[in-house]
This record gives sequence, C-alpha cells and structure tokens, in this order.
Amino acid sequence: MKNKLLLIIIFCFFLKPGISYSLVEIDITRGNLDPLPISVSPFFIDDTSKEKIKKNLDIDNLGLEISKVIENNLRKTGLFDTLNKESFLQKPDIAHLKPRFEDWALIKSQVLITGKVSSKIINEKDYIRIEFKLWDILGAKMVDGFSLTTVPTNWRRVGHKISDKVYERLTGESGYFDTRIIYVAEEGPKTQRVKKLAIMDQDGFNTKYLTLGNELVLTPRFNPTNQMVTYLSYFRNMPRVYLLNIETGKQEVVGDFPGMTFAPRFSPDGKKIIMSLAKDGNSEIWVRNLETNIQEKLTDHPSIDTSPSYSPDGKYITFNSDRSGYQQIYVMRSDGSKVKRISFGKGIYGTPVWSPRGDLIAFTKLHKGKFFIGVMRTDGTGERLLTENFYQEAPSWSPNGRIIIFYRETKTDDKGQGFSAKLWSIDLTGYNERLVSTETDASDPSWSSLLGN
Amino acid sequence: MSLSKILKNAFLVIIFGLIITACATKKSVKTTTETTTETSTTTKAADTQKADPIKKLDALMQGDVYIGSDTVGELASGVPDRVFFATNETILTTASRETLRKQAAWLRQNSDVTVVVEGHADERGTREYNLALGERRANAAKDYLMTYGVSSDRIKVLSYGKERPVDSGSNPLSWSKNRRSVTVKAN
Repeated sequence: MKNKLLLIIIFCFFLKPGISYSLVEIDITRGNLDPLPISVSPFFIDDTSKEKIKKNLDIDNLGLEISKVIENNLRKTGLFDTLNKESFLQKPDIAHLKPRFEDWALIKSQVLITGKVSSKIINEKDYIRIEFKLWDILGAKMVDGFSLTTVPTNWRRVGHKISDKVYERLTGESGYFDTRIIYVAEEGPKTQRVKKLAIMDQDGFNTKYLTLGNELVLTPRFNPTNQMVTYLSYFRNMPRVYLLNIETGKQEVVGDFPGMTFAPRFSPDGKKIIMSLAKDGNSEIWVRNLETNIQEKLTDHPSIDTSPSYSPDGKYITFNSDRSGYQQIYVMRSDGSKVKRISFGKGIYGTPVWSPRGDLIAFTKLHKGKFFIGVMRTDGTGERLLTENFYQEAPSWSPNGRIIIFYRETKTDDKGQGFSAKLWSIDLTGYNERLVSTETDASDPSWSSLLGN
Repeated sequence: MSLSKILKNAFLVIIFGLIITACATKKSVKTTTETTTETSTTTKAADTQKADPIKKLDALMQGDVYIGSDTVGELASGVPDRVFFATNETILTTASRETLRKQAAWLRQNSDVTVVVEGHADERGTREYNLALGERRANAAKDYLMTYGVSSDRIKVLSYGKERPVDSGSNPLSWSKNRRSVTVKAN
C-alpha cells in the first residue's frame, strides 16, 4: 500500500513480562462459553494534541477512537465481554497512571486496557505517539504495554497492534488484527456481475479498490509478505493468472501457457505460484518459479485437477480432483509424487486450504444440496463441519489458524431477486460465526499474514 | 473424448431417457440424486414448480438437462447457439449433437467465420472447479464440431465457470439453463 511505512518504531516495551504470570488466561480451544470481562478505557489525550490531531485527521477525540478499535476487535473474537464505558469510574489519565483496582473490580472487570495519545513533531513533520498498558485487575498489576510513534494516518493500525498484543498476552496465541483481507467486490445483477479486486483492513475499514471492474477478476491471494497478489483476470477475454504488486499497481501475466490458467496460490516462501492450466478439456496442476521462470506440470490425469494449496513447510500440496468420479481432496508431495486421496466422507469436497499451523485442511463440502465449510486432519481423519448453508465456499485461514473466513451467497426467489454475496468468518471451534462487513457484496476472501512494522 | 465414446454415451441416454440412474457413469447417478434431494427438501422455488403441473417442467427438462428453447439464441438463422448439460456432466445429449451438427454445417458453409465456444456451469459448485468444468464442456462441443469438419483453428474455447449465468434463479430449472456451452461468432 502506498502508506507503507509505517509504524516507525520506537517499539519499547515498558516491561518484559518474564516472570509476571498473568492470572487471567483464556482457553481458546473451546467454544466461547464464558467471555472474559474486559474494560478498554478511552485513551487519554491532552488538549493541545487533540487540537492538532483534529486538524490532521478531522477526528475529535483520537484517544476514544483508538479505544473503540481495540474494543471492537476484542469483542468480535467472542472471547471477551467488553464492558460499557459509561460504567467506568476512573478518568482515563488517572487510570493510565495507576488504576484504582477496586473500582474496576466493582464493575466485574478482570482486565483493563489504558493508554495515552500525544502529538509530536519530528523533522517538522507531524507524528503521533501512542502508549498503552494492560492491567490485571485481580492481580492488581500491570502485565504488558508498549509505546510507538507513527504518522497520524496510521492510527487504526496502532489500535490493531495493541489488540494483537492483548490477544497474545491473554490467550497465548499470536494475534490476527493487524492484517488485511483481499477479496472480490461485486456489484450489479447476478447475470452481469461487475467484479473488482478490493483490499481492506481485517475489521472492514480502509477499503481500496485495485481494479476498475472492466474485466472479470477472481480468486485473489496474498503472498507471504502481503505485497503481491496473484489472481485470475479475464483481461482481453483471456483468462490467465496474474501477479499484482499492491504498492506499485504493476501487474503482469504469470507464465506463458497455451490455455486458461486459474486457481493460483503462492508457495509459503513466495517464490512460486501453483495453479491449474486447462487445455483441451483437461485441467492439470502446474507450478511456476517466479525467480527462474521455470514452469512444471505436477499432475498427469485426464480428470479435473485444481484448487492446489501448499502445506506451510512447502513439502506437500493438497488439491481437488474428480479422478474418482466426484470432486475429492487429495494430497501429494510438492514434486507431484505420492498422490493420495484423503476425503472419504459422504458428499463431494472442494477448495482444500492448508492451515498455517500445518495440522488441518479447510474445505468446502456439498452434501444433500447444502454447502458446508469444514476442516479435517491432513490425513483425512477427524472431519468436522463448522457451518452449513445454501451456498458457501472458499475458506481462507487467519494467520494464527484460529479463524476461517469464507463467502456465502443467498438463494434467489422465483424472479431471480434477492441475491447477495457476503464474507463471513467462523472460529475453528465452530462458534462465533460473524458477518464481515464490506462496502459492497464480496467473495473470494484471502487473509494476509500479520503486517510488519 | 473420442467420438465412439460420445456415441456410446448418447446411445445410453436415448435408451434410458429419464432414468438417469442408469446413465453412463457413476458420477451422474450421484449428482442427480443430490439435485433431486435439493428439489424436494430445500428449494422453495422448485417446490412451487413441482406443485405446478408436472408436465410443464417435464417439457423443459429431461433428467436434469434443459430441453426448452427459452434463452436459446441463434448462431445463424435456424441454427441454435447453445447446448445443455446434466449436472457435473460434459456428455452431449442427442439434442445437443443435433444442434452442433447444424452449427458445423453452417460453419462449413461460412468458412470465413470463426467462433468462440463459451463453457458455463451452474452456481452449485465451487468457483475453481466450475472454471475447469466450463472448459471441459466447451471442449466437448468443440470436439464435436471438429468431427463434423470444422477445423480447430476456427474454434476458440472460453470458460466462464459459473460467472455468467443466463438465468438468475436458484432452482433446478434455472440451473439447467445455465449448464451450457454457447457458440458465439468471433468475427
């Protein structure tokens, strides 16, 4: 993105949480049964900074807004019960200095987040400095915190970084808030959908459109550094896999293939793209090395072989094939050898996607006219269906492997009205299913890895 | 797909007509069952159609292949532009082959015309698989045109998967209209 930047810096931890063992801990391997009560105090901001930031960003109280970003992130995990700010007894500045723990215990809060925002000038340019602290109310102590300085327009990302820190500290898992989703924005009637590539923050803000909608685009996927996207474009009615540099906007066709290429994904090291090539009625899986420009065919079967996805160590590929008569999920070594079918349940299976943790494969399943998103182990055992609907597909994992985002389409009525396509997310536990808000209809989501600094 | 295989499959289609359960491959058995289940349990629109005179739907679908003329355009006068497929299938029906023979005859008479055969799928499948399926369908039509004397360099194929439905309904009849390949003049 153009404001790459970004967070300059000074990532100083107040406190190395070595020995201090937080009393509050959340087990996120179960469904959300008992969300943890947490208070996110509005971040304190002094009047001078307030005025300056209002001029810069047209935001009245940035301290309050940042606390809302954090609150929103945490609430949507389903793991936290974010308490109403009106019940808070302490003022933001005093709480940030040192909370009166009894006051927060009184409203049943177990965890408190406080912070402070100030404006700064470095080399005649405006910056903001944001400081945050995480408090354990029952243990009556601070358990984490940091401060960082960045350009004012990055303020939402600071909120996401704080959310990640809180999530990590309280669940023991890495976070997923400072991330983006790339997807296909859709508009218009079902028979003439206009589709554009779009990118937004994980929480639905800062949407940007990357193509104009002049040609059909499908299935965008990030590379590991989130700078490149591979996708299918019907530019000049030649459906081909493309590579797009998000920062420069430069795009190019991937490889030189004698037919339609589709279903692209990056290898975990970002150096290769695997995809399908359809030619003469047969689709095979190919890999193209972006550094050496060598392309190689991995499958050799007269059936449809598509939707390939690498394991996180790059040693295996899972893919979709109808060589048994129906769509099923297969795993092979990344050189194409040792092909093995892993899906054996009732129904047909598609869109396998390897989890970033490596232990699971997410998939779409069609059974008795219903579509399911599910997961299974990489040997095909332990199948679990997370959600069922009229139509849904295209799972993509959050970078910590705890959440799956996908898209869902509604059934139209007799007159063909009532169609919509939306993004949804669901926890690996099968709980906490949520609509992911987008400006337009949306499909084919791909979740980025955590953004860097 | 070889011509002999096409003819053999078509022969089976003729023999068994509506009884798709006896059709050529195991695949059709399965998919037909699933569509049927959907019709009876989940699709209100389909229920309505079922309640309507059954004859009406029978006149439009054979098995789950569309045989009506709604949405069908013309490649040239008297030459239909499209053929229809069963769920997940790429086998050409008797009617499809008749349509394609007409297209081939017209193309032989108009040797300067080139065409694009567009392959399509219904909305009841994953996007990527449907792209492959559309390509397979378009090639089934292309192969047949070639057996009837149209040279391959005059025929391009283009799969749209499920991206360009012609009928926006979510019911078996709409889906049957969308599982199609359409021969379009390219010049």
